[in-house]
Amino acid sequence: MDFLQPATWEEALEAKAAHRDAVPIAGGTDVMVGINFGRLRPSLLLDLTRVPELQQWADDDGAVRLGAGVPYARVISELGDRLPGLAMAARTIGSPQIRNRGTVGGNLATASPAGDAHPALLAADAEVEVASTRGTRRIPVTEFYRGVKRSALADDELIAAVRIVPPRGPQQYSKIGTRNAMVIAVAAFGLALHPDRRAVGTGIGSAAPTPRRAPAAEEYLAGELDGLWDSRAELPAATATRFGELVAEASAPIDDVRGTARYRVHALSVMARRALTWAWADYRKGDPTCA
Amino acid sequence: MRLSCTVNGTPQQVDDVWEGESLLYVLRERMGLPGSKNACEQGECGSCTVYLDGLPVCACLVAAGQAQGREVGTVEGLTPAGAAPGELHPVQQAFLEAGAVQCGFCTPGLLVATDDLVHRSLAEGRKPADAEIREALAGNLCRCTGYEKILDAVRLAADRMAADPTAEAAR
Repeated sequence: MDFLQPATWEEALEAKAAHRDAVPIAGGTDVMVGINFGRLRPSLLLDLTRVPELQQWADDDGAVRLGAGVPYARVISELGDRLPGLAMAARTIGSPQIRNRGTVGGNLATASPAGDAHPALLAADAEVEVASTRGTRRIPVTEFYRGVKRSALADDELIAAVRIVPPRGPQQYSKIGTRNAMVIAVAAFGLALHPDRRAVGTGIGSAAPTPRRAPAAEEYLAGELDGLWDSRAELPAATATRFGELVAEASAPIDDVRGTARYRVHALSVMARRALTWAWADYRKGDPTCA
Repeated sequence: MRLSCTVNGTPQQVDDVWEGESLLYVLRERMGLPGSKNACEQGECGSCTVYLDGLPVCACLVAAGQAQGREVGTVEGLTPAGAAPGELHPVQQAFLEAGAVQCGFCTPGLLVATDDLVHRSLAEGRKPADAEIREALAGNLCRCTGYEKILDAVRLAADRMAADPTAEAAR
């Protein structure tokens, strides 16, 4: 095994182009587990923790450009107001030790259907900025996930950043596990209300081969909210229940050691209904961030 | 490969480190610092918690090379250099007195996590609330104590360290 530690983004991209089977490592919360248990023996480890550009976030053209190597602890402490949905997801991740190391870039690179950041990224219409020596491209996060632990990333590409437009409306995140810390989600749900464009964003985690949205639920809710955005009137309970059912219908879970498919479907309908109830209550209060 | 880093304030250099090795392995097997414990090797248990550039992390999830040039603080470094033999750090003393140690395997990780929590809280001019203690220690598993005595120990350590602001963080 070789170990490369590029000091610049250009060096990192050149190294990935020259060694396409290199495994990038940032927080190590996935990669080191694979190595420790003998499941992963890459020919080359590409340590990205010395690339300064990856450790930064900045406002860029109306969006927050979040460097792929910013750990979750900083997403929580520095971006709780701008990216409330992602920060809520980040608070559910692992433990303080894990949040000090783990990154959104790593969550995307692993592309596990259970990755905690994905539902928040989906609900917020995030874009993934990937790069190689051939150039840079932006991939809508909905098109990024291609299968269980497979993504749209080419073998010479690295994840540079995610881009998220700070929301004009409330966001919520909900996750089911056996306890509040150190759990892989049994199921997770992210919600974003977009009053500025009268739209709804959703994200489902741990309940399909990939993280995915619930388009029918989004369309239904946007229709129901059509007359309510301006009045900020109470949301009928039946609407929240129906929304939950439609979210659950969009899932395609399996039975596994963490839970049954039937439980996941039920949990999703409950989480979606509650997330909507919380988000709408925030919207009625006029609180745009509810962070 | 060769690895150079600072551990508990002392520059260290080791050779023939395997590229896939964890910082935990380097500390325990190459530097003679077995305080950080090796249990789950997947970041679940917190027994290997060390400071890396001042932040508590699971040493089992840090690739050795990622520690190159960095500052590492382990449980062995909690007691300041020059302390009398047997002299304990306030967090260690509190764990002992509160009965927070049974088999002791999780203790080193809990000591580092507690040291970090108490210093962060005191830096903000307050003691950690119970909810913060639970959150800060959520990544440190203990299978003996049932945690109640550990919570007592953290409160005791925070009380004493608040009264003696000269106590330095090992980070």
